[in-house]
Amino acid sequence: MNTLVEALQYALNPNNNFLGELATHLELSGLALLAAAIIGVPLGIFVSRYDTLERLVINATGFLRVVPSIVVLFLLLPSQGIGFKPAAIALTVLAIPPLLINTDAGMKGVDPAIIEAGKGMGMSYWRLLRVVQLPLAMPVMIAGLRIATVEVIASATLATLIGGGGLGYFIAAGLTLLRNDILLVGALPVAILTFTTELLLTGLQRRLNVRG
Amino acid sequence: MILTKYLFEHWESIQPRLLEHITLSAISLSIALVISLPLGLLLNRLPRLAGPVTIFLNMIYTIPSLALFALLVPLMGIGTQPAIIALTGYSLFILVRNTMVGFNSVDPAVIEAARGMGMSNAQVLWRIEVPLALPVIVAGMRIATLSTIGLATIAAWIGAGGLGQLLKDAVNANMDLAINQSKLYAGLICIGAMAVASDLVLRLIERQVGAPSASRRLATPRAAAQAKEA
Repeated sequence: MNTLVEALQYALNPNNNFLGELATHLELSGLALLAAAIIGVPLGIFVSRYDTLERLVINATGFLRVVPSIVVLFLLLPSQGIGFKPAAIALTVLAIPPLLINTDAGMKGVDPAIIEAGKGMGMSYWRLLRVVQLPLAMPVMIAGLRIATVEVIASATLATLIGGGGLGYFIAAGLTLLRNDILLVGALPVAILTFTTELLLTGLQRRLNVRG
Repeated sequence: MILTKYLFEHWESIQPRLLEHITLSAISLSIALVISLPLGLLLNRLPRLAGPVTIFLNMIYTIPSLALFALLVPLMGIGTQPAIIALTGYSLFILVRNTMVGFNSVDPAVIEAARGMGMSNAQVLWRIEVPLALPVIVAGMRIATLSTIGLATIAAWIGAGGLGQLLKDAVNANMDLAINQSKLYAGLICIGAMAVASDLVLRLIERQVGAPSASRRLATPRAAAQAKEA
């Protein structure tokens, strides 16, 4: 209990930059997710229309998933050095597979008869995509977003190991200094952050599923 | 190859790390298996417990690895002990879920037919249910093994050793030195190779015990990775 009080005091002391590292953590996660969505979603839509290409890309991303996240994080070290940028790139690479795979699965799940009907009504390709396919694929895509978001926020904790900052900084500092209070300043907020994200996005997903 | 030169020249210093990594992963996975196989079966028999237990295990699974390792340090200090507990905790969710789904997916008509043939409860379990549930359980073992190998790397930061130690040393020292880069690559190559090799071996075993039928796809690794619906 004493350690918890000390941890709280440590976090509230402005000199320790708790809010700064929290901001870095969120910035790192948000940036990586945004970049992954910009790459993964259009790519998922594109490959869902070509069977051979789809199999190729999905298998390749499946292989990427076998590689542990920490390996991806450290792989960029020699070429990119340490810091925020290599961490953001690594997290982007980690977030692409769930977004890509679920966009593809969502688009594939749309009943061809509905697409046919849309075409019959004279819809253009873009209109069909915007009004018919994307809304129907949305629940599966949101599931992908949830997996990617939780994974990125969790892996952003490791960013500090390559000098990327974030809440993991306090965990690493606590472990080096053997100070349990500093350790908790990093570990507890990170755990709470991933829980809340998981709960919020699961709720969103459930609402979309009911409506769809 | 410059990349693998260090690996071979300093094999005697890497080999103990590799052994530590394998031991750490194997112990955690064994403990997780011993707990989750009976627990998964129990949840199949008592479906009312399934919800609360899987939600609880999912909560542990959601905690970022470094944070879970760190949360255990104030309680039990640094070393292999907190590492094994955290790694076991992560595997539990995957293994319990897949064991449960495996048993749930056995067609009740098949069990009924076996009973009709005069099989006892134990015979139904060992001759009918276990073989039919096995592909999904093995699929769970594959995902759990892969995640454990990756997460065991991070255990080096709480003093549990393993291949993560090579990465830790390389970063803590000056990265400009070529020797540290080679050390980093040696670690990364070993971890990557371990992950890919276990993936291949367990995929082969999966194929041996029979691929899950279409109706049971949900519990296969790909679908789990895609949807993580539990």
